[in-house]
Amino acid sequence: MPEQTFVVNGERVTVDVEDNVRVLWVLRDLLGVTGPKYGCGINVCKACTSHINGKAFNPCAVPVGDLSADDEVTTIEGLPAQAAEEARGDHGLHPMQEAWLERDVVQCGYCQPGQIMAAVALVRKVRDEGRTITDADLDGIRNICRCGTYTRIREAIRDGETRM
Amino acid sequence: MTTTDGPHTVNRRKFIGYLLGGATVVAAADLGLFGRGATADAGELPTLPQPAEIADLSDLLTLAAAPTSQLITVTINDDGTASFELPRTEVGQGITTAAAMLIAEELDLPVDKVHVTLAPARPELLFNQITGGSNTIHAMYTPIRVAAAVAKGALLQAAATVLGDSANKLTSHLGHIVAPDGRRVDYGRLSALAAKEEPEAVEVQLKDEGSHGVVGTPVNRIDALDAVTGTKRFATDLDVADALPTMVCRAPTLNGTPNAVNNADEVRNMPGVTHVATIPTGVAVRAATFGQCIDAVRALDVSWKDGPVAGMSDEDALAGVRAAEAPVPELPAGETVSGDFTFWFRSNSAMDTNSAVADVRDGRAEIWASLKNPNVAQGRIAEAVGVPLNNVTVHVVQGGGSFGRRLFDEPAIEAARISHTMGVPVKLMWHRADDARVGRTHPLATSRIRASYSGDTVLGFQQAHTSVETDFRHGLGDIITAKAADLPAGLGNLPFAQVIFHLTTILPYDFGAVGQSLVETDTRFNTSSMRNIYSPDVRTANELIVDRLAQRMGTDPLEFRLSHLRNGRLRTALETAAEKAEWGKDLPEGVAQGIGVHVEYKGVTACIMEIDCRPETVNRKVRNAVTGPRVTKATMVIDCGRAINPRGVEAQMQGCVNDGIAMTLTSSLHLRDGHFQEASWDNYFYTRQWNTPPELDVVVLESTEPPGGVGEAGVAASAAAAACAYARATGTMPTEFPINHQTLSFEPKPYTPPVPQSPTDGLEHTY
Ligand code: FES
Ligand code: FES
Repeated sequence: MPEQTFVVNGERVTVDVEDNVRVLWVLRDLLGVTGPKYGCGINVCKACTSHINGKAFNPCAVPVGDLSADDEVTTIEGLPAQAAEEARGDHGLHPMQEAWLERDVVQCGYCQPGQIMAAVALVRKVRDEGRTITDADLDGIRNICRCGTYTRIREAIRDGETRM
Repeated sequence: MTTTDGPHTVNRRKFIGYLLGGATVVAAADLGLFGRGATADAGELPTLPQPAEIADLSDLLTLAAAPTSQLITVTINDDGTASFELPRTEVGQGITTAAAMLIAEELDLPVDKVHVTLAPARPELLFNQITGGSNTIHAMYTPIRVAAAVAKGALLQAAATVLGDSANKLTSHLGHIVAPDGRRVDYGRLSALAAKEEPEAVEVQLKDEGSHGVVGTPVNRIDALDAVTGTKRFATDLDVADALPTMVCRAPTLNGTPNAVNNADEVRNMPGVTHVATIPTGVAVRAATFGQCIDAVRALDVSWKDGPVAGMSDEDALAGVRAAEAPVPELPAGETVSGDFTFWFRSNSAMDTNSAVADVRDGRAEIWASLKNPNVAQGRIAEAVGVPLNNVTVHVVQGGGSFGRRLFDEPAIEAARISHTMGVPVKLMWHRADDARVGRTHPLATSRIRASYSGDTVLGFQQAHTSVETDFRHGLGDIITAKAADLPAGLGNLPFAQVIFHLTTILPYDFGAVGQSLVETDTRFNTSSMRNIYSPDVRTANELIVDRLAQRMGTDPLEFRLSHLRNGRLRTALETAAEKAEWGKDLPEGVAQGIGVHVEYKGVTACIMEIDCRPETVNRKVRNAVTGPRVTKATMVIDCGRAINPRGVEAQMQGCVNDGIAMTLTSSLHLRDGHFQEASWDNYFYTRQWNTPPELDVVVLESTEPPGGVGEAGVAASAAAAACAYARATGTMPTEFPINHQTLSFEPKPYTPPVPQSPTDGLEHTY
């Protein structure tokens, strides 16, 4: 069986599995990294949203064979370490996670790791474009929340943006 | 006239609880206590109110639980924390946080020192382990406080010995008992000293509700930290030894069954695959990863027996419902207004798909799943795999949403069957396509309303609701009533449906001769109550006709409602909403406000929505999305009685608003050729960021009424407000819901293979 090597949350891992198995299953079923959730498997619900080399991606839609040894995958578990130590909040978490706690966004919580990872990437993206989050940016977020926590997600993203 | 508020307004504070024997303080209360429970002369069972006193479904569920002796316990641990096993299921509605708050209040402990977990199936709880009808807080409010108060009393007694003061001179402060001279001892140290060797009954006085310092204040969820760090565990996150990923290949028609597998050996040899097994509902595959399960499901060549609705479309299902419609009763003579509404099938699929872990081997069964009805599941699992009930352990896991789904146990039964057949542990997860197509739905229904009036008086209002059967075969939380509801051809289910319909769909207006009836037909679909059961449809139809009546009489919709409401709490809620939403403000053509109100779960809700139906809004483009009219502002006011956690109530109302908008504007299932076409979230249009109201205000009214339910309370008023706003903005009363059902907004995915392959181009879409 082919060996797959890449970096997960700062640690290099090697797994024996076929090239075509999607990264989501390698993370969840083989490495036990269960923060990224399954909600569709076809890149439409965004529950699995994580980062690759600092950008948001959906591991349900990436064959593990496409990753190289230096590709860095960050899941919700590894997000706090992405913030400089002095930027972390009361709970030692990434500023966006802290904003999420402060606003009590979560209901069932299933979609929320993906929501937070998407929010962090969105703030980075608009910052690279030299601007701040607009209503249109928030309207364009594709992550579904079946509990309907959208209002608090919007508030938390704006709050997290100022903390980031 | 006002609606009755049930039997719980008597404000009792003295109750009997128990201290159980053990190494630490284990305080118990009888779950049968609910507000006017056991009296000081011990052990007496509460009196059942007369039927006329029963105000709603919450009472039915609470009463079903009353005449049994069932203990819940609060334990004080030696580290000073308290533990409580909640005999209910947390699926996002916030009941674990509310329970922790009640215990923290009565014990005088910080909320984060109270650990709340979910109890496994406890058959002795009989009727009292069902999570439904938004009834948890209503039913548990008194027993939880009694148990905590008993524990506190025991700690005070023990502290009196330690501190050498009499107990009534001692006070408590956040986990310590404090003597008048300031000496203090913490609960952890007292826990062993306060333990009893033998159980004893004790009388306790609960804290005066007026002096509550935690209850009634906004508190963040106790599971939020786990959720935002990705450590909250749902069924598919559990690490049970050797429980490998498992999926089921299902028939191309709804509820079709496998005849033969034509390539089992070939599939068994695919990478990662360990087992292939036929079960009644399809062909199960077990593999090292779910990705390999998807490959195997797609590769299976199975001959199928068609399901019971093969070839049918939802138009055919509607024709069946139409054929079952009973005549609307005669009305007093006058001018008439009428409406004939259709509500299409809608999905209650949660984000966390149907799933369960099962290990059924050697005459024993152990199951992990999110179950709102674990006692019924336990009985059914025992039956399905032929294991004695005592050898079936059912662990209740938190669910990623429910919306009615987790009242039923098919994933647990299916997982048990698969594990039993394969002889190995399995982690079963339904593919999203299965969850969307085969999972339970809100049944298709029609609602016909005739009203008559003369001058400005409404003389009569009759509503005939006809529906594909709503499945209540989960009973009242026990295997006995579940079996009663399980009688052939819906015979046993119908009385349940009738009772629930009549307890939940109250018309809150003085409209003369009022009648509401339910007829249910067609048992072939997989249905369940969806968040708020019948009420969103019933109330949407009602409120549209209310607007019609107001229009005929030339009265403003708000004025008309206020002058006909027969519920004081609701009047206050509606007046508050109108003020907050600036009812009647100037709006451009194509933009309008609409009102919806509702009475249920021991509380009232009033919602006002503002909708933008101008072409530039309706036609805005979002990739793979349904846009359409946008609710730009929603105002929701709730009086849910005493709000345990106002922040949690606000969260539930926000969710209810998004549900109501989806039900009215965008989300439905389309049955074609014997199967539902929607296979994922790009086909089923639950409210998304581009449809959620940019402005959403929730007001939680102060109330001294006993606490009611909130998880579902806001859906009916929201759905109705969206519909009324749409009718006023467009000048046309919509008659089918969602309003866009006739437009299929996606390319249907194939039925064979039953699940879509995952894409491979994810790295082209990073941001
Ligand atoms: S599971 Fe990856 S986007 Fe839905
Ligand atoms: S919090 Fe439940 S799906 Fe988003």
